[in-house]
Amino acid sequence: MYPLRRAWAELRNEIFVLPSRTLVLLWVVALLSLPLVYDDAYVLRILTMTCIFAMFAASWDMLAGYTGQVNFGHALFFGAGAYTSALLSQDLGVSPWLTIWAGAAVAALVGWGVGYLCLRLRGSYLSLATLAFPLIVLGLLFAFPGFSGGELGISPVRRLVLTPTQNYYVAAVLMLAVVFGLWLVADSKFGIVLHAIRDDEVAARASGINTPRYKLAVFALSAAAAGLAGALFAHYLRVAGPSTLEVALSFQVVIWGIFGGVATIYGPVAAVFLLYPLTEWLASARFEFMGKTVNVGEIRLLLFALIVLLVLLFMPRGLAPWVRDKVETQCPRCKQRNGAWKRICRLCGASLKADASQSKVARAERLVGHQ
Amino acid sequence: MLQDILITGLVNSGVYALLAIGFSLIFGVARIVNIAHTAFYMLAAYCFYALLVKTGLGFAGAAVIAVVAVTALSVLCYRLVIEPVREHEAAVLIATIALALIFQELMLLTFGGHYLGIPSTLEGSARFFGVSIPYQRLLILVVAAAMLGAVWFLLYRTRLGLAIRATANDLEVANLMGMNVHRVAMATVAISVALAAVAGVVVAPVFVVDPFMWLAPLVTMLAIVVLGGLGSMKGSLIGALIIGYVEAITVFALPAGAYLKGAVALLIMVAVLLARPEGLFGVAFEEER
Repeated sequence: MYPLRRAWAELRNEIFVLPSRTLVLLWVVALLSLPLVYDDAYVLRILTMTCIFAMFAASWDMLAGYTGQVNFGHALFFGAGAYTSALLSQDLGVSPWLTIWAGAAVAALVGWGVGYLCLRLRGSYLSLATLAFPLIVLGLLFAFPGFSGGELGISPVRRLVLTPTQNYYVAAVLMLAVVFGLWLVADSKFGIVLHAIRDDEVAARASGINTPRYKLAVFALSAAAAGLAGALFAHYLRVAGPSTLEVALSFQVVIWGIFGGVATIYGPVAAVFLLYPLTEWLASARFEFMGKTVNVGEIRLLLFALIVLLVLLFMPRGLAPWVRDKVETQCPRCKQRNGAWKRICRLCGASLKADASQSKVARAERLVGHQ
Repeated sequence: MLQDILITGLVNSGVYALLAIGFSLIFGVARIVNIAHTAFYMLAAYCFYALLVKTGLGFAGAAVIAVVAVTALSVLCYRLVIEPVREHEAAVLIATIALALIFQELMLLTFGGHYLGIPSTLEGSARFFGVSIPYQRLLILVVAAAMLGAVWFLLYRTRLGLAIRATANDLEVANLMGMNVHRVAMATVAISVALAAVAGVVVAPVFVVDPFMWLAPLVTMLAIVVLGGLGSMKGSLIGALIIGYVEAITVFALPAGAYLKGAVALLIMVAVLLARPEGLFGVAFEEER
């Protein structure tokens, strides 16, 4: 009985005290148990793609959100993983279960290379320079179609597993592993160094941090996660084509990342889980308007862009931080988070409801222009 | 072939220079990476097409109305969408991406996805050194040169230009010196989009007009701006010449050159960045904290 009681106590004290952690637990449970209660092939297909793109978006956030290396060419790593895994499994006949890791490894190598070339660039220069790399590769793919399949890409690629449910579980479990892995890394001492590099690289170097080494490590790590997502994508859709390298995909991941809220990992994942099924649903939806049937599929990208634009006007820091601020407050003394309904901090007992005088001071500070 | 390369390179460089200088201006003054810049170029081409073919206005009338309408639209977008989120750089970035997507989809809905042909503004061609150049391409060259001259005059010979350059140099000090930096930013948006719109109108009869025509020039323009140095006018002009000629040489001299022209141009950009991280004429800014 003791382990059970212990587990329940842990659950109550560590997870149920915070709405955000409860939400994450609910999400994981729902994700893993969905095929048991509802195994519609179409829904599973959309969710499998969602899981793959969630992994991709989380990897972008590691690089762009935490380290501040806003990458406009993240599709390069996705495409590197997809093409490597597809080529190895087709031409050499290696099992796809091994080639997806090879894809991730090659993507990590590519990420290291891109990071090495971009070490001296910062800010907008880095963003715009990274935009170039996938396009250079794309040009080469089109110019040498014998090796890459040209515009059609490599198909058919061998499957990892056969049924929709198995595919779903492969994508979901790998996505959970990668996302929680990235989140652990981001929460560790390593992650704190990344925050420092983003906020002030010169100060980080002055404090004795070897920033180039950290940046290269993050480029490789993030690229590996993106490459794994790309390899899964290729084996799931059974094609590794030029669409995995296009500007549209790079921009898509930037939209997901910023829409969800950067430097959070869970933000971009939440954004993908909201936006991707939404766009897929819009593609098939149609409604009656003034006696005519309007096919929403034709205007889905328009609706998508409008939704992103409107949400941003109200939540400029992104969706996840906005929601988190609504359901939780930060203790002014010990900086720990508490549910919004709490009157005193659950850890240090400080009062959480700021009285009138305190809020006035805060407003005065804002007038002085302290950021 | 040499003459072909020389002429094509020069014409493309003119168009790229118009686009790149506008982009560079708005980045320098307001620190906005405007992904929607070439979407305005696309809008101007469509607007010109609609006015010319559907309403039967003359070339000059259609061109002027198209440029003015697109410029007004850009100022409206800036006020409604960009200004409320100006403090959040990331939000500005995807707001411009979303704007570009919206324009693309609206044009797709209104005009369909097929290529539209626009009759040439000027028929016939002139012969120089044994190459025949259509008047339309000469027109592009002349318009580009005139617009570049006008921008130079505006920036270096007027009070507004002085304010723009001051704001680009140091926004806070310009504000302290009594310049209305918000209004300067808005004027810069208008000027920069007007340049893009002019480019869109003059190239519409030569290039194909379709809803995705903004993507290819966007990448080339970004390469030029980064190559020349972000925020530098001279850099953008020289970058445009370099990339325009490199593309022309690749297309005419290499097998499968049409596929590789983007790749080669971008490779040159990367090579320059490796040697000089701030671009050819960029200023290495003191780290902003």
